[in-house]
Amino acid sequence: MKLACPLCGARDIREFHYQGAASLADRPDPGAPEARQEFLDYVYMRDNPAGENRELWFHAHGCGAWLVATRDVTTHEFLSVRLATDKEPTT
Amino acid sequence: MSRLAQGGLIDRTRQLPFTFDGETMLGLAGDTLASALLAKGRHLVGRSFKYHRPRGIMTAGSEEPNALVTIRRGNHAIPNLRATTQELYRALDARSQNRFPSLDFDLLAVNDLLSPFFGAGFYYKTFMWPRSFWDRVYEPFIRRAAGLGRLGLEPDDRLHDKGFAHCDLLVIGGGPAGLIAALAAGRAGLDVILADEDFLFGGRLNAERIDLDDQPGNEWAAAIVAELRAMENIRLMGRTTVTGAYDGGIYGAVQRVADHLPAAPADVPEQIFWRINARHAILATGAIEQPIIFPGNDRPGVMMAGAVRSYLNRFAVAAGRSVAVFANNDTGHRTARDLLAAGVEVAAVIDTRPDATPQGDYPLLSGAQVIATSGRLGLREITVQTGSGRQRLRADCLAVAGVWAPALHLSCHLGARPVWRDDINAFVPADGAVPGMRAAGAVAGLRTTRDALKSGLAVAREVIAEHGRKAPRIRLPHCSDGPVECAPFWYVTAGKGRAWVDFQNDVTAKDIAQAHRENFRASEHLKRYTTLGMAPDQGKTANMAALAIMAGLDGRSIPEVGTTSFRPPYVPVSMAALGAQGAGRGFAPERLMPSDALARKRGAVFVELGLWQRPAWYPRPGETSWRQSCDREARMVRETVGICDMTTLGKIDVQGRDAAEFLDRIYVNNIATLAVGRTRYGVMLREDGFVMDDGTVARLGKRHFLLTSTTGAHDQVWRHLTFCAQVLWPDLDVQPSDVTEAWAQFAAAGPKARDLLHRLTQADISNDSMPFMSWREVKIGKITARLFRISYSGELGFELAVPAQYGPSLAEALEESARAEGGDWFGLEALNVLRLEKGFLTHAEIDGRVTLDDLGLGRMMAARDCIGKVMADRPALRAPDRMQLVGLKPAGASKQLLGGAHLFNPGDPVDREHDQGVITSQCFSPHLGHPIALALLRGGRGRIGEQILMHDHLRGVETLCAVCTPVFLDPEGGRMRG
Ligand SMILES: [Zn+2]
Repeated sequence: MKLACPLCGARDIREFHYQGAASLADRPDPGAPEARQEFLDYVYMRDNPAGENRELWFHAHGCGAWLVATRDVTTHEFLSVRLATDKEPTT
Repeated sequence: MSRLAQGGLIDRTRQLPFTFDGETMLGLAGDTLASALLAKGRHLVGRSFKYHRPRGIMTAGSEEPNALVTIRRGNHAIPNLRATTQELYRALDARSQNRFPSLDFDLLAVNDLLSPFFGAGFYYKTFMWPRSFWDRVYEPFIRRAAGLGRLGLEPDDRLHDKGFAHCDLLVIGGGPAGLIAALAAGRAGLDVILADEDFLFGGRLNAERIDLDDQPGNEWAAAIVAELRAMENIRLMGRTTVTGAYDGGIYGAVQRVADHLPAAPADVPEQIFWRINARHAILATGAIEQPIIFPGNDRPGVMMAGAVRSYLNRFAVAAGRSVAVFANNDTGHRTARDLLAAGVEVAAVIDTRPDATPQGDYPLLSGAQVIATSGRLGLREITVQTGSGRQRLRADCLAVAGVWAPALHLSCHLGARPVWRDDINAFVPADGAVPGMRAAGAVAGLRTTRDALKSGLAVAREVIAEHGRKAPRIRLPHCSDGPVECAPFWYVTAGKGRAWVDFQNDVTAKDIAQAHRENFRASEHLKRYTTLGMAPDQGKTANMAALAIMAGLDGRSIPEVGTTSFRPPYVPVSMAALGAQGAGRGFAPERLMPSDALARKRGAVFVELGLWQRPAWYPRPGETSWRQSCDREARMVRETVGICDMTTLGKIDVQGRDAAEFLDRIYVNNIATLAVGRTRYGVMLREDGFVMDDGTVARLGKRHFLLTSTTGAHDQVWRHLTFCAQVLWPDLDVQPSDVTEAWAQFAAAGPKARDLLHRLTQADISNDSMPFMSWREVKIGKITARLFRISYSGELGFELAVPAQYGPSLAEALEESARAEGGDWFGLEALNVLRLEKGFLTHAEIDGRVTLDDLGLGRMMAARDCIGKVMADRPALRAPDRMQLVGLKPAGASKQLLGGAHLFNPGDPVDREHDQGVITSQCFSPHLGHPIALALLRGGRGRIGEQILMHDHLRGVETLCAVCTPVFLDPEGGRMRG
């Protein structure tokens, strides 16, 4: 498997650390009234799609960039990759 | 002698002596072990796995189920090599397997008489009862009787290697389709790898009498190979089996570099395991002839017809003096014609098709079947059932011409199922089974050389177009072979006796019928119940007939029964090749500290800490145990001074306008309030509320911090910080950098630490100008160093950091200064004693399940939010009966404290329900004169002064302990502040 890092190009998957679902980027507001429940969902609950999954990957043995990738988990095909620091595409 | 007087692709001028089971024979260069044995009239080469049946050479390729041999000796012995692919070399020393004491007379053949007890499912039934028999009777019996070949028990010291290759196009298989595809892609300028498992490219062109444009097929192939060899953009990899297809265009391949040589030349690996990155691949692996199943079909001398032609045409070996052919298709007649042309007697062609007509001058029995064979240790006679009755035929070889099944295994490796085609009675690879891979030639279901060439060229053109190149014009040759008519006849139902389906695992047609009776009817059930297809050959010559037999039992079609999936590797790969360069120091990279050379010179004993090699202690003459050295080093630090290489600590530089705000969100305690020039102990949590790591934070400037992380947790901490900076809070202006390897860092600890440093620097490091938990820059000669007043030993302590390239020379300077003050190096063991006496933490305590409060650090939590704060506030994580950090001292006759031992209330049963906690770290304290330990104890902080029983189930030790606070020495901290 290879993953196309926007900074480094297509690199062997072993250079990357898989962190989990991209929902980890949306940290709840700790001051919200239902903060504890929201954090429980945030920390422990994940969708389990058979198909497209938005994921966080870390180019640990490369440039050190965090990436948001969309992958089809049934085929391991990466459908899109962007830097986590870049804004979501608006389209 | 059954070597023909002429013909074949062998070098008659180079005779190669070799031995088989101790008997010396002569073969020729270009032979395989199998062809050389057959040339001597030898069919019997092994005994079968379960019943120890005599077995002979059946095929001429890597699909061979029977002819497994061991070559070489001692720790260089290689078991389970297929004689059909093993190239002959001078003095090759091969032995048959699975026989005792000899091939001709095998005692364990008694298993064959017991076969009624060993039928399908016998593993599941026989050994279920009585239970107590498993350990003592069944398992040892199976271990002795089962298994193919024997491994040497000595380490294998031969060189193997890993290889990495990249290409535009990987062509798998060097037969006609693969050759023409590689030629087209090569001429178009693509970077091509052509891999073939044979030592001779050409595939069936080397084994058949087929002319391409008036040229024998093998000569046509050789000419193409010569052109390919001359192209710089083509790599020809012979003796290379592509073993697996993986995601993203990655293929595994094993290249046998020296298996065909008496010994590998110096510095040349025996085998290389390749990882090939290919944008495109062409699967041109051909097809594997499938046997027709009939009673007595495992007698040595019964072979595949395609193999008989291979031995005849390629190796100039007649597989018998009088050969009969049993066929369901036209290739049986081709076999008879080839044999006659070479002057070999054809006993008869037995064709299952009633309308078959002779295609040459040989007896033909149409609509007939072989229903029995006879002959001790080898074929002498067959019994044929014809429309008019039974007749016996003398023959010492029976060539079985069955359906050719595409060798589509690699196309299944990503999970795709093959597709059935009624017109050719075979499964073919599904379209898109492996992204980027296309099938061509026989594996794609094509049946003539001309069609194979056409399809090879067509898929090559597609690949060339996808690379934006222009395909060259290539004229395809005229080929002399025509279409092959084939009947879907798989197995004989007439006759008595066992009919073998899976030769390698000894599965019979009767076993399949039994599986059917017991309702294991799906292909995956059939496989597991009978072990069919589960031997190392993965049923390459067994699966199709088994499916056909199962289908016939209840009127289903083969695709309705299903197909089994194939997984890597396509052929067995040795562990030595898979683990190439992974033994010994190749197992993991080693990280060396700046003082590594010095420590080795001093004879330090090293221990692995992650990838780091750290001195555990520095023995002195006369010291006979690690404890003596460790106690001395620990005392030395408390009494004078010790130095220790702390470079393994993680170091993270954090800069930016929002650096202070960022760290406030990371650490549970306040960092923004830290003054420039000061350092602070800090703890960070995971988002689930448990402690991730602890360390120090130094403020280098208003917007500049330096953090340390624990050696073993550094990767996690570094990932966490970058995650927070890039993913959670990309709007903060902050840049963490991992500077672990940029700095060499040494601790100097002990009452004389300041005196020691005075020998190296003029800087004012008095307690007034440099109090505890401060830092400053100092000059060491011309070098600017960072000096931190921190202590992990509880003594007056400094840590001195210099750019990494100065580390080795600073280590020497420190050693000299330490000795001048009566001190020396101390290792990891002494460091552990020093920190335990002070109750300082490591990841033995921070084990991923402890909260800040469990560690007695609850008061550190700041009022504002930080990572993990919300979740740490969950009621269960604040429960009073959680495991809390305490100290333990021995309080009874036994003084032994053991790490990992569990704690129980005295008088309670020592079982899981009554478990009260666990010892996380322990050591002997030379200052207190007895062992001490840190432990996590249920509600521990409320139990200071009580007694608890340590019970070590593993080592059988019980010690009564006194629970105390986890600080054993200098609780006020006067020593480190002075
Ligand atoms: Zn990158």
